[in-house]
Amino acid sequence: MSSSISPADQGVLSKGPGERKPVAKLSSVSIRFAGDSGDGMQLAGSQFGDTSALIGNDISTFPDYPAEIRAPAGTLAGVSGFQIQFSSSDIYTPGDEVDALVAMNPAALKTNLKFVKSGGIVIVNEDAFIEHELKKAGYTENPLSKPLGNYRVIKVPINKMNELAVKDAGLPTKQVDRCKNFFALGVAYWLYGRPLEPTLAYIEDKFGTKLPAVARANALTLRAGYNYGETSELFDQQYQVDKAKLPPGTYRKVTGNEAVALGMVTAAKLAGKELFYGSYPITPATDILHTLSELKHFRVVTFQAEDEICAMGATIGAAFGGALAATGTSGPGLALKTEGIGLAVITELPMVIVNVQRGGPSTGLPTKTEQADLLQAIMGRNGECPLPVIAAASPSDCFNATVEAFRIAVRYMTPVMVLTDGYVGNSAEPWLVPDVSKMEKIKVEHPTQANDAKGFMPYMRNEDGARPWAIPGTPGLEHRIGGLEKADVTGTVSYDPANHDRMTNLRAAKVAGVKPAGVPYLWTGKESGELLLVGWGGTFGHIKQATIELQQAGLSVAACHLRYMNPLPEDLGDKLRKFKRVLVCEINLGQLRMWLRANYLIDAKGFNVVRGQPFVVHEIVDAAKSALASK
Amino acid sequence: MSVATSGPISLKPADFASSAEVRWCPGCGDYSILATMKRVLAKLGSDRSKTVFVSGIGCSSRFPYYMNTYGFHSIHGRAPTIATGLKLARPELDVWIITGDGDALSIGGNHFIHMLRRNVDAKIILFNNRIYGLTKGQYSPTSLKDQKTKSSPMGSPDYPIRPISMALGAEASFAARTVDSDVRHMESVFERAAKHVGSAFIEVYQNCVIFNDGAYAYAADKAIKAEHTVYLEHGKPLVFGKDSDKGIRLNGLQPEVVSLKDVKADDLLIHDEKAADPTLAFLLSRLRHPEFPEPMGVFRAVEYSRYSELVGQQIKAAVAKKGEGDLQSLLRSNETWTVE
Ligand code: SF4
Repeated sequence: MSSSISPADQGVLSKGPGERKPVAKLSSVSIRFAGDSGDGMQLAGSQFGDTSALIGNDISTFPDYPAEIRAPAGTLAGVSGFQIQFSSSDIYTPGDEVDALVAMNPAALKTNLKFVKSGGIVIVNEDAFIEHELKKAGYTENPLSKPLGNYRVIKVPINKMNELAVKDAGLPTKQVDRCKNFFALGVAYWLYGRPLEPTLAYIEDKFGTKLPAVARANALTLRAGYNYGETSELFDQQYQVDKAKLPPGTYRKVTGNEAVALGMVTAAKLAGKELFYGSYPITPATDILHTLSELKHFRVVTFQAEDEICAMGATIGAAFGGALAATGTSGPGLALKTEGIGLAVITELPMVIVNVQRGGPSTGLPTKTEQADLLQAIMGRNGECPLPVIAAASPSDCFNATVEAFRIAVRYMTPVMVLTDGYVGNSAEPWLVPDVSKMEKIKVEHPTQANDAKGFMPYMRNEDGARPWAIPGTPGLEHRIGGLEKADVTGTVSYDPANHDRMTNLRAAKVAGVKPAGVPYLWTGKESGELLLVGWGGTFGHIKQATIELQQAGLSVAACHLRYMNPLPEDLGDKLRKFKRVLVCEINLGQLRMWLRANYLIDAKGFNVVRGQPFVVHEIVDAAKSALASK
Repeated sequence: MSVATSGPISLKPADFASSAEVRWCPGCGDYSILATMKRVLAKLGSDRSKTVFVSGIGCSSRFPYYMNTYGFHSIHGRAPTIATGLKLARPELDVWIITGDGDALSIGGNHFIHMLRRNVDAKIILFNNRIYGLTKGQYSPTSLKDQKTKSSPMGSPDYPIRPISMALGAEASFAARTVDSDVRHMESVFERAAKHVGSAFIEVYQNCVIFNDGAYAYAADKAIKAEHTVYLEHGKPLVFGKDSDKGIRLNGLQPEVVSLKDVKADDLLIHDEKAADPTLAFLLSRLRHPEFPEPMGVFRAVEYSRYSELVGQQIKAAVAKKGEGDLQSLLRSNETWTVE
């Protein structure tokens, strides 16, 4: 967690030319870039995150997109934000509140000021605080004309400074304004002592040959922003955040959606198979499709279907054909895939379905995060239709969850669902890149011989309850599968009541017997005590942070973060019962709570908010404290 | 689909029969379609292990269970989606889709369109009986307007869809029509479809003896069908009638029935199934009984790159350009840093 700037530091120092400004050391800082959607804030923010990661900080990022892709410029609806926390020790969240806000226009200030800590820094682009911009943001008077409250407001004429900086770059006048995000980024780099080189390299790589004038202009204004921080009287000191002590190895920054895509390619490699990914564009899952469609040289087949239903059907068809098949979507898309998933369950074909959850119901909040699809994932199909469900705890954990899902899918011949969410999908964190040569292979067997004296039995099961994955093209194993109930062993169509009962139980037992292919839960703290916080999925960082703070306050609190949602970890019931109270924290109205109560008959309570935003750590802390105070 | 064979395979039609008991109503048109399919596969020397039948839901969709090949009886309307995934994963397989008017044109209309437009190399056989048989007699998207059924006691208020028009509208590279009672013709059409490289669509007029008996009597009954159908042959004029004494002529964009007593055969519409532009084929698909004889045979047969081919080419091109993907360096891509 970040330490805030003490008011004592706030006096403006006078300094002579060439004199370095003082540097204050902080353990952790959180900064938010906010501006109009057209202001390039996502780029500025992700560059800041990349650079911070590269110089060895632990980071956690959170892009906060506007709901509308082209809301009118300057309006509140058009504000786009990007938050980064960077630290010299382990961090788990982008921070509840920020130490610094960069606001490019009045609308950005209005919507984002609430995220700034008391005493925090607010850098505003004062050039944008003109009458019609103020009006669009709903200000009747200029908020900069009087004190804003307990913040250190630094007014920077970003438009003007940017114009001056790029005047010799040879850029058409219309494009000049588009560079100002790099000026703002330069200022932020100076403030927190970040090097410019990674971003200069990015600019060169991105625009250098294609648009040399743009490259020149961006580089010039970035440096100008940095120098402005150095020379302007407005900034009295710099801050420094040292490298984090992370386990040794090679790191990169990864978002959850990227990690899912990389997990899929890795699973295909481990299985010695080609990957098929069928999908229909849907926010916030589309980046998985984007990433994979760039990987054709890995022989990845990406198929952009005409709709969600086709994406599911094609995935089933590819799995039937023997590909390592997957599809990805978000809630409304999952609803459309439901019938197809039922077919995948009854035909017992291996595949992975990724659901990047977003706010619901219906279209809901497409760009916002939520965890309200848990029961849909576990149970939301007609008939008794079980499948394993794994939830990723963080952006980099999306890689593990995806690989594990394929291991289970292939071993047990079942569709497996991976739950992530809009927060985890779009957020980034450092990732210790695994050594693929050390990862266990995924064993795939396609029979070539009949498994019975009477011929090939497509529904004969092995010790895991899995049926054989015989693929078309194999002579002698010709067989038919489909959505009608199958006779046990032979797989012919059967309407026999006893057979249906048997098959329903066999399918249920197979899924109930699934052994985790990774850690079933992440545990923080002691094995027993007063209060256990239970969470799942993308809330891991926030709940962990809250638990640490509660423990530091001397409270008997531990946390259990579930990754395996179905079947639940074998020992979970016993683990829960070692605590006097169980508080299930979720961004929904209590779906895991219901699932735990149903499974273990424990009196779990809930902490639930559904604002389309990640948790706020101090709210979890407060909820835990009141749970401890309750009888 | 360059028919998949592994060496000379000589199977008899009966070798393509599975052990499942065929359960259509006695007298159903589906039987002759099944028998014809087995004959065609035997004749083409098809390899059972490389042949896959995919179906949706409906009477017709039981078909895969009766074939001793690979088969997938899927869910309502979705067979084209499964076939598309299967063909992308395994382009070398021969994939047939068996569907009905409700399955393909109502609940599965979207997939039907998109599979054809992509030119996925699978063959769709649509059993068009103009009724929902499995659910016992409701009007379908091809039922005639005012047709009385269990769900339209006062007559169907829907205008029917024309399957060939729809297929051509979706850029089908092969579209044909045949009728269950004319097994010779059906056989030749199936054979043409099997050999077509790309999506093939075949509409089969199929008699549902239980819920819509005789719907196609005009096109199926030997005594009268010559007056109500016109058999298409590439490069030949559209001539029909018991005595081959009538023809179709184009008057501007309007087709008209003319007597060969008044008009020379050379002045009739000459069928061109290979025309790159599907306009003429579409015009033929609009000819409807009773105003016109309904065309039978191949409306359109043009060849261009298949979907799996195009997808495969992109993969080849990517490998050629970037080299075979190296996973470890992919994971290490983006900027990396090392913690000691
Ligand atoms: S209901 Fe009609 S279409 Fe279905 S099997 Fe019977 S006769 Fe054939």
